[in-house]
Amino acid sequence: MPEDTLLAAPAASSPVCRELTVSELRRTGSESGLASPSGAGPDHSHWLLDLELSEGFPGEDGWTPGQFVMLRPVSWAFEPLWARPFSICMLERGVLRIFFQVVGRGTRAMSALRRGDRVVVWGPLGRGFVVEPETSTLLLAGGIGLAPFIGYARRHPRPDKARLFFGHRPEIAEYPLDLLPEAVVVEASRQTCAEELACFVGDLERRIAEYAARQGLILACGPHPFLQAVQSLALKHRARTQLSLENRMACGVGACLGCVTETTNQGLPVKVCTQGPVFWAQDVNLGGAA
Amino acid sequence: MNLAVELAGLWLKNPVLTASGTFGYGVEFAPYGDLTELGGIVVKGLSWEPRAGNPMPRIAETPCGMLNAIGLQNIGARRFVEEKLPLLPWAEVPVIANLYACDVEDFARLAEYLAGQEGVAALEVNISCPNVQAGGVLFGQDPAQAARVTRAVKDRAGTKPVIVKLSPNVTDITAVAKAAADGGADILALINTLSGMAVDVRTRKPRLANVIGGLSGPAIKPVGLRCVLQVSRAVDLPIIGLGGIASAEDVLEYILVGAWAVQVGTANFLRPDTAFRITADLPQLLDELGVSSWEEFRGALRG
Ligand SMILES: Cc1cc2nc3c(=O)[nH]c(=O)nc-3n(C[C@H](O)[C@H](O)[C@H](O)COP(=O)(O)OP(=O)(O)OC[C@H]3O[C@@H](n4cnc5c(N)ncnc54)[C@H](O)[C@@H]3O)c2cc1C
Ligand SMILES: Cc1cc2nc3c(=O)[nH]c(=O)nc-3n(C[C@H](O)[C@H](O)[C@H](O)COP(=O)(O)O)c2cc1C
Ligand code: FES
Repeated sequence: MPEDTLLAAPAASSPVCRELTVSELRRTGSESGLASPSGAGPDHSHWLLDLELSEGFPGEDGWTPGQFVMLRPVSWAFEPLWARPFSICMLERGVLRIFFQVVGRGTRAMSALRRGDRVVVWGPLGRGFVVEPETSTLLLAGGIGLAPFIGYARRHPRPDKARLFFGHRPEIAEYPLDLLPEAVVVEASRQTCAEELACFVGDLERRIAEYAARQGLILACGPHPFLQAVQSLALKHRARTQLSLENRMACGVGACLGCVTETTNQGLPVKVCTQGPVFWAQDVNLGGAA
Repeated sequence: MNLAVELAGLWLKNPVLTASGTFGYGVEFAPYGDLTELGGIVVKGLSWEPRAGNPMPRIAETPCGMLNAIGLQNIGARRFVEEKLPLLPWAEVPVIANLYACDVEDFARLAEYLAGQEGVAALEVNISCPNVQAGGVLFGQDPAQAARVTRAVKDRAGTKPVIVKLSPNVTDITAVAKAAADGGADILALINTLSGMAVDVRTRKPRLANVIGGLSGPAIKPVGLRCVLQVSRAVDLPIIGLGGIASAEDVLEYILVGAWAVQVGTANFLRPDTAFRITADLPQLLDELGVSSWEEFRGALRG
């Protein structure tokens, strides 16, 4: 397959690399609204990081929802080595906002950033989700997979056409659902055990079948097993579905070939960072991806 | 000072090139700097046919470094020439094709095809890739084989300089360097990645699907410096040094031990404007150190 045919939506502007300044870091679901006094938060905590845009960084109209940035605090020097990829949660009024969860050493170090710290950011990267203003659109988010949909819903010309079905394990208060436009209908479902998870998958299937029947659009982002489940249900019901993949990345710009995923048409593996992260469900083979 | 260097007919406006496999086909980095400011661009290793590479996961982070087992995924030499080369400003910055093949005859065919392209300034022969089953590093570990491959490429390269890229995964790198020189190499490039692995105690599995991969990044700079020093003492050919370069200071370290030019590799992943920043930082650092010509500075540590 020619390198550029798997495109979901074209990038709105060309990416840049800039050092941005942290203007705010806030732990969600916590009382204080400030970074915890000890610095780093406990594992699996959720954070909103605001970075002030500097000259030349694309703003408001320079990105499409589903695109991401690579982020690397200047203080990291060579450890960790790589930057980390994060969906653009919001890019408005001079601020780039990231919603992230602590899962390892990079995100733990990010949770200890302070106002004024410098962070190298390059982006906006990749191909985002399609926006079809008049089509009923179902947003399927699993956990931290909520992040790109906040931006998606805020940018959607008809948020009343969008509905969010959200599966999560941590408490709902950890998620900044208040950032969504009010017109978006939100249904959240918490899974804390295997039975609840099975029930969630049943609900997923009913919704996917329903949107397939009325030619709706389905967009999904979340952990790998969640995407695998959405993909198989989407194929079964022939639903028009896009998936945002979260493969491990070193460069984010299509140079290292470390982030690839297999396609269903026997071509060369495709780069998730530049040819994705958003793909049509029928185009990628998630079995082989890491 | 004038930053230009000439290596066996390969003219560079400054000694900072980008390393194969870490700079894509060059075009990926165009948004982050002016490609024509670089000394040269070495593109991702090309084979005759497109290659799908190794299974995932194929990269892992290590202390101050990374492991990769990409397995030379590439679009093939023809598509590179048709689709990527025309997008590069090759008239203003030398574009060097890095090539890989499984046998000597394939190396020769590939060399002839790529050397025949107007936009290709030189060939870099990868006889040192640790991530492929056939050929790969085996050519680079046996001096006789290294000489054969070099000769075959040189015979078909016409007037274009041939760079042979050496592996550090050998007991005596000077033996392979001498063999490449005997085979007709115009320039030597070193080092390629060090063979390594990483383990995950939680999953009790290797971190790479391929188990073993190539180590690169700041962690390997001491090995690269040592290899360049040894080879520059043993062989009278211009050397391009690489391994762990991430700053203008690193560039000068390599030049002090005998390199004529350098390549920036893994550091391009740390931020995509790294090579441009290093190039821009060089003049000031040279000024600060009171260096007025490459000839005076190069190899001063060689002894
Ligand atoms: C396009 C894209 C968009 C993303 N958007 C967001 C976002 O908006 N918010 C957010 O919190 N996270 C997002 N991620 C995931 C985020 O990049 C990882 O959580 C982060 O890189 C982990 O870094 P770490 O140093 O903390 O973890 P490490 O110490 O490197 O690893 C710790 C654990 O995290 C897992 N992990 C590592 N990398 C990833 C990854 N890329 N995806 C999923 N799990 C990973 C590892 O398997 C391991 O179990 C996104 C990833 C991609 C590729
Ligand atoms: C992801 C990756 C892919 C690479 N691919 C190639 C390649 O195709 N051909 C080649 O000769 N070297 C390849 N290399 C080796 C680099 O060009 C370089 O020799 C090595 O990484 C050491 O330099 P560094 O420490 O600056 O990265 C690759 C390295 C990395 C990290
Ligand atoms: S992250 Fe390097 S190619 Fe995608």
